[in-house]
Order: sequence, then structure tokens, then C-alpha cells
Amino acid sequence: MKVKYFAWVRERVGKAEETIEPPATVLTVEELIAWLSGQSEAYAHAFEKPKVIRAAIDHAHVKADATIAGAREIAFFPPMTGG
Amino acid sequence: MSCPVTIRIQPDDFDIAREIAVLTGSRTDIGAVVSFSGICRADEDSAKIAALTLEHYPGMAEEEIRRHAVEAISRWPLNGVTVIHRVGRFMPGQNIVLVLTASQHRQAAFQAAEFLMDYLKNSAPFWKKEESATGTGWVEAQARDEEAAARWTRR
Repeated sequence: MKVKYFAWVRERVGKAEETIEPPATVLTVEELIAWLSGQSEAYAHAFEKPKVIRAAIDHAHVKADATIAGAREIAFFPPMTGG
Repeated sequence: MSCPVTIRIQPDDFDIAREIAVLTGSRTDIGAVVSFSGICRADEDSAKIAALTLEHYPGMAEEEIRRHAVEAISRWPLNGVTVIHRVGRFMPGQNIVLVLTASQHRQAAFQAAEFLMDYLKNSAPFWKKEESATGTGWVEAQARDEEAAARWTRR
């Protein structure tokens, strides 16, 4: 699946997007955050406060317990500050 | 009652008078147009801002604004909605966002514009980065913006 990062999450991860293949045991958004955090220092830094991180699956906001099954694109970002 | 919706995300500035003219056109059923513009401020909590950079999530940003425009149309008798959000780097005094709502009467237009702005600030995927004399940093979301959006939740 494709993963996108925005604002300071992007800066900390060090890339805007990538394609990942998490193990089949990773079922939810929060499990994906935990798995990514274990991949490197950069991800651990980006996701150090998982409760602050917002997520979207296929362009729709989702909660941490949302299932990632069938997702084409998952995005992680800080709380929004537009307008 | 037709209600055209225009949503644009662009680096370029907008012309408010022109956008109102496009929205109303030759229609004679519109009795009220409310216009809100968000402008880059020079100070935030007494810190001087030199510039603001706006980043967005292409695709989702347009879809999220459209979802809320559709909701506004379902809640108020609107005759037209325009939302233009700029992205890029802005100096104090420059336009950032425009919301136009048209209706037969002013109440619906006022309320829908406020609803759209509250949701835009809270759930449209845009992020602001501030540049000041002391460095650059991402703007933190304000609890007051979340509260402003929460008051529109249907009970």
C-alpha cells in the first residue's frame, strides 16, 4: 500500500510518500503506526506521540482503530491548521 | 433550486468581486452573498510572523471541502458555494482563503459561511508553517478551532 506523510510527520520521516508491505499481523491504523515506529529512529521520532497523529485512508479521515485491509493509500499527518 | 459549488486550491490570489460575480451571474433569485476572507496576519501570540507556508494533501483537500459544501447545502437553503484555498508561501496581508455562500436570505448565507470556515480549519488537510525572526515552526492546532467546529455537530 502507498503511504503519504505531511507537515512535520513528513519532515521527521524524511520522505513524502513510499510503498510499504507491512506483515499480515498489522491490521489497524494504530498497529501500522507501531510497526512503522519500529522500522527506524526517524519513524520512531515522527510517531513518538501516536495520539497526536491523524490518519486518512483513501482520502477519508479515520480513527486509530480503523482497519487497513483493502486500503490503497494511507496518510499520516498532524492536526490540521488550514483556513 | 440549483446550487453550483466551486472548489479550488491554487497558489494564485483570488479576486473577491470577480468570484462573487461568477457566483451570482445573471441569477435574480439570490438575495444575499456572504464573503469571508482569511488573511495572513503579521503576529501570532505577540510573535512577529515574516511569512507563512501552506501545505495541503492534494486530492483529499478538495474532497474534504466538497463533502462539507454538500453538507452545508443539505442544512441551509443555499444558491451557491465557492471555496478557494491558496497554498504556497505568503506574506502578512496576503489572502489565504475565500468562502462565498449565496442564499435568498442572509441568515442561511451567514451560518453556512461560518460552518464551512469552522470545518475548513478543523478537518480540511492543510498545514501552516510560520517563519519568524526566531526560526520556523509548524503552527499548532488550536483547541478553540476544534470547539468552533464541534458546535455544528448535529444533536
